[in-house]
Amino acid sequence: MGEPGLRIVLAEDAVLLREGLVAILERFGHHVVAVADADALTAEVDRERPDLIVTDVRMPPGYAEEGLRAAVCLRARHPGLPVLVLSQYVAAAYAVDLLEGDDGVSGLGYLLKDRVGAVRQFVRAVERIAAGDTVIDPEVVRQLLGRERTMLGRLTAREREVLALMAEGRANGAIAAELCLSPAAVAKHIGAIFTKLDISGADGHRRVLAVLTYLRG
Amino acid sequence: MTELGHPRYLLSAGPWRSLWYITVGAFGALPVLALARLPVDLDAPWSYLVKAAAAVVADLALALPLAVLERRRLRILVGSDVPARARYWCSFGYAVAFTAVICLADFVVLVLALCTLMVPLAPLLQFVLDIGSIVNLDGPVPDAVLVPVGLLLLAPTAYLVALLAHGQAALAQWLLGGGLAGRVRELRHSRTRLVDAFDAERRRIERDLHDGAQQRLVGLIMTLGLAELDLAGGGAELVAKARAEAESVLVELRELVRGIHPRVLTDRGLRAAVMELADRCPLPVRVRVALPRRPSPQVELAAYFIVCEALTNVVKHSGAAGAEISVTTCGRRVRLTVRDDGAGGADLARGSGLQGLADRVAVVDGTLTVTSPAGGPTELRVELPWESRDCG
Repeated sequence: MGEPGLRIVLAEDAVLLREGLVAILERFGHHVVAVADADALTAEVDRERPDLIVTDVRMPPGYAEEGLRAAVCLRARHPGLPVLVLSQYVAAAYAVDLLEGDDGVSGLGYLLKDRVGAVRQFVRAVERIAAGDTVIDPEVVRQLLGRERTMLGRLTAREREVLALMAEGRANGAIAAELCLSPAAVAKHIGAIFTKLDISGADGHRRVLAVLTYLRG
Repeated sequence: MTELGHPRYLLSAGPWRSLWYITVGAFGALPVLALARLPVDLDAPWSYLVKAAAAVVADLALALPLAVLERRRLRILVGSDVPARARYWCSFGYAVAFTAVICLADFVVLVLALCTLMVPLAPLLQFVLDIGSIVNLDGPVPDAVLVPVGLLLLAPTAYLVALLAHGQAALAQWLLGGGLAGRVRELRHSRTRLVDAFDAERRRIERDLHDGAQQRLVGLIMTLGLAELDLAGGGAELVAKARAEAESVLVELRELVRGIHPRVLTDRGLRAAVMELADRCPLPVRVRVALPRRPSPQVELAAYFIVCEALTNVVKHSGAAGAEISVTTCGRRVRLTVRDDGAGGADLARGSGLQGLADRVAVVDGTLTVTSPAGGPTELRVELPWESRDCG
C-alpha cells in the first residue's frame, strides 16, 4: 500500500460490523469516518468529499433501503463518487438500481457482507471501486445469469461466463486465469460479446455497456 | 357442555343452566306485566291501539340495551360471547319477541318448574319448615304417591325448561349474532387475522435474524479474516477453514431468512420479488408484471407465495422446459397466471401444494383455477382483489 490511503465514509448501523469494517480498512492504510445512519452519511459526504463511500442497505430510521437510496442520491449529487453497497441480500434489484444512475457505471460496487471475511480481496475490491471499476458480487451475477433475455440469449455459455466475470469488474487477464483460457481467447470472446450485443465504441466504455446490458436484461 | 340430545343430559349442569337462563329472562316479565296492568283511561277500541303503539315505542327504545343484556344472558348457555354484529332492526325484532312472548314464557315456565321441584320436596319441606300453614298441601293425593309422581315429572319439566331456553337462545343468536352469515363473517375475519398475525410473525423473525444472527456471523467472519492476516502457515489455514465454514453457515441462514419473508417484496414490490424467484428457478422463466400500483401487503404476499409454490410445482412435477408468469390487471382485480409447457395432469384435489395455494388464495378472497389436461400445458390462474377486504 504505497499510495496514500483513501478517505472513506462508512455507513453501517450495527456497531459490531461498523467497528470491524473500520478496523479492516484502517489496517490497510485508509482513513475512515464511520456513521450509523443514512442522514449522517449524506451530511458527512457533503462535508468530507471522500474518495469512496461504503454503505449498508438497511439502516435507521426505517430499516428499509435508506442506505441504498442515500447512495443513489449522493451519486447524483456528486457525479463519479465511488460507491460500495454492502448487503445481506442477493437481490439483483438493488444492484441494478445502483447501476442505473444516470452517470454511468464507473466506481460502483455491490457486495454481500460475507465478502468482508476475505479481507485482502475485499480491500482490493474497495480500492478498485475507488479507482473507477465496477464490482458486482458473484452471487448476484449468478442470479442474473439465470434470466432469460433476448439479447443475452444470443451469447454462448462461454461468452456468458466471460460477461459475468466482466460484470464483476475483472480484467481480461483475471478472466483468462479464472476460466483457464488464453488471454487471446478471452479477447475473442469479448469481441463476440460486443458484436452480439450491438455495442460499439472505445473499449473501456464498451465493457461498461456490455455489463449494463447484462445487468439490465 | 353436554348436548341437549345426550342421554346423560339430565345429570349434567345443562338443565340448571337452562333454569338459570330462563330465571333471568323471567325478571323481564315483571316490568312487562306491571305495565300491562296500568289502567288506561281510554275507550275500549282505542286503548288497545294506544297500548300497542306504546309497546312499539318502548321496544324501539329498548332494542339496543336489550340486545346488550341478552348477549350477557346468552353467556350462561353459550359459554362464549356472541359477536355484536346485529343490525338495529334485528335487535328491535328481538326486543318485540322478548317483551311480547319470551319473557312471559320464561316467567310461566319458571313458576311451573319451581312448582314441579316443590312437589317431591313437599313432605320434606312440610317436615322441616311446616309450610302447611302457608301452602295448602291437603290435596286428595297422599305423600306416598306424590313423591314418586313428582320425581317422574322432574324429567319432562327439565326438558321443557331446556327446550325453552335453547329455543330462545337460538333465536337470540340468530337475530343478534347475525345468524349463520354472521358466524361465517366472523370466521372469515378470524382466519384473515390469523394469517395476518402469522405474516407479521414471519416479518419479525426475519428482522430478528437479520439484526441478530446474520450480523453476528458477519462479525465473526470479519474477525476470522483479520486473524488470518495476523497468523502465518498452519494457523492461517485453520482460521481460513473456520471462516469458510462460517461463510457457508451465513449462506444457509440467508436462504432460510429469504424463505421466511422476502425482503425484496417489502422494499420493491411484486415485480422485483417475482423476477428474483424466476432468477432462482432452474428453468428459464419469462416474467411479465404490469401493475399500475402496488396491491395491499397481504395480497402481495399471497401472490408472492403463490408464484413461489407454483414454480416449485413446475420444477418438481411438470417436467417442463420453461414457464411463464404474468401479473396483470383484470378489471378490478389482479390476475396472476403461471403457465408451463410440461406434462400436465395437475389436480387440485391431489397434491397438498395446490391445496395450500387454494387456501392462501381464499384467505384474501381470491379465486384459483387450474387447467391441466394430460399432456399439458398447465395453467394456473389466480385472481386477487387489490385489497384484502377482511381487515378487521
